[in-house]
Amino acid sequence: MNPVLELHHVSKHFGDIRAVDDVSFSVERGEVVALVGPSGSGKSTLVRCIQQLEAIDGGSIFLDGELLGYRDHGDRLTPLRPREVARQRRAVGMVFQQFHLFPHRTALQNITEAPRRLGLWSREEAAEKAFELLDKFGLRDRSGNYPSELSGGQQQRVAIARALALSPTMLMLDEPTSALDPASVAGVVRVVRELADEGTTMLVVTHQIDFAQRVASRFIRMGEGRLVAQGPIAELEETEADRAAPAEVEA
Amino acid sequence: MSRPASTEVGQAGGPGNRRDPLTRAAVDVGAVRHRPPVSQWLPTVLLTIALLGLVVYAANNPRFEWDVVAKYFFAPQILQGLALTIALGVLCTAIGIVIGTLVAIMRSADFAPLRWFAMAYTGFFRAIPPLVQLLFWYNLAYLQPFIRIELPWLGTIFDARTNDIVTPLLAAVIGLSLHEGAYQSEIMRAGFLSVPAGQREAARALGLGAATIFFRVTLPQALVAIIPPTGSNLVGTMKAISLVSVLGLTDLLHSAEIIYGQTYEVVPLLIVVCAWYVIVVSLLQFVQGHVESYVQRGLRLTTNSGRTIAKKRRKEGSK
Repeated sequence: MNPVLELHHVSKHFGDIRAVDDVSFSVERGEVVALVGPSGSGKSTLVRCIQQLEAIDGGSIFLDGELLGYRDHGDRLTPLRPREVARQRRAVGMVFQQFHLFPHRTALQNITEAPRRLGLWSREEAAEKAFELLDKFGLRDRSGNYPSELSGGQQQRVAIARALALSPTMLMLDEPTSALDPASVAGVVRVVRELADEGTTMLVVTHQIDFAQRVASRFIRMGEGRLVAQGPIAELEETEADRAAPAEVEA
Repeated sequence: MSRPASTEVGQAGGPGNRRDPLTRAAVDVGAVRHRPPVSQWLPTVLLTIALLGLVVYAANNPRFEWDVVAKYFFAPQILQGLALTIALGVLCTAIGIVIGTLVAIMRSADFAPLRWFAMAYTGFFRAIPPLVQLLFWYNLAYLQPFIRIELPWLGTIFDARTNDIVTPLLAAVIGLSLHEGAYQSEIMRAGFLSVPAGQREAARALGLGAATIFFRVTLPQALVAIIPPTGSNLVGTMKAISLVSVLGLTDLLHSAEIIYGQTYEVVPLLIVVCAWYVIVVSLLQFVQGHVESYVQRGLRLTTNSGRTIAKKRRKEGSK
């Protein structure tokens, strides 16, 4: 079967620091992969590379068989134009640790913004589909609220709805629960669990081993930019570094 | 270390503030009337006396010639001058905003030489006094007596004397707009920098294009930081318009000058000018307040103070 996501020897350097160093793996359709590892191990940089928010320095990434960021002429590669990069980004939904909702738009408008601007939804369709997503995530009565009027957990669920509005091929969540208070975490975990049950292909970056165990079917462990272990989720064990990590990301 | 025994020093308000346990429940601070502190009401009283004194003085001093002020307040020449001042102020600020926005975008370009052009523009036009610029553009004909545009094959498509094109009005618009553009570019840049990088990243991750991100995500949020200094800039421009009198343009101040040049009623006419400036600037301030609260929608309710919550409840109650 053709994997949804394929990474081949991907590297990303910041000066002398090898943030991502020769990483190769693939994600199959309907699979939920947890990307774990201590702070600074390159997990976030890796998902940012996949979403083309950072340019990779070596290797290649394929989404649904399509090379990301470059046009393949057979004998040589040329960088894709911004318009085509934007099209490729739409195929991957991304959820950030700090939500990054648009503060000047209501919950509903946050969801409808991209599909409306990209001409994918009509005005009526937008309202209807956005309501459906909000309803599904238990936020129907919050549609008219601005992000500043929502709790962290509610904001993150809106952010997940926003990423899903474009019907992406896969969803990437970068530490979706790390910025939340314990009471809010449960709601977000439930939503991610639900999406996993529906067969949504996901790559979930997390520090929280119990979260990974609840939603993922497989894990990939990174350390110092390299892929150090992978396997079925049952084999994922908490290490000393995992327990130490959350305190470091407080800032 | 042992804790010091309870002493009078350690008790709030001293021993007189103590009360029998049996009567404590009867104490109710809600009955106390709070008066403003003397450090605040005394200056208020003094300032009020001073202001009243000034009003009485101005009303009783015949040299203010209030009848002359009233006579010229709505005089056609004054109103025409006022119209020119407002029109030039708004036009130069508008052009300045367009220039400033483009220069600020250039300042954030990845390609360094483009950034250098933007920095050079801001540095150059911010350094030159606007009065000097006005005189310079007005004397452009000295450098370039004719303006011609020639295209290959098509030949000359435009040919005119510089002095016919660069009228005093155009010289004023060019000079003041370039000056405003330099200031406005710094205001726009500060505004763009105030928007967290995560906002642009989230928009890029959604596959939005650069223009959409700018107009739908960056600019609306940057406006919160851009509007207040832009309002000040517009007020500054309104006042800088008085410089155009050196080019013979009849703005508000120059119109007054022409009148008192004939009648010698200098002070009353300057009062007319001041009064109109205060009125126009107050109106601008009023409009600015409304624009500010519009662009701040969604961005201001970040605190959970009692005041904010009360405001929210009132809003929801009125729905």
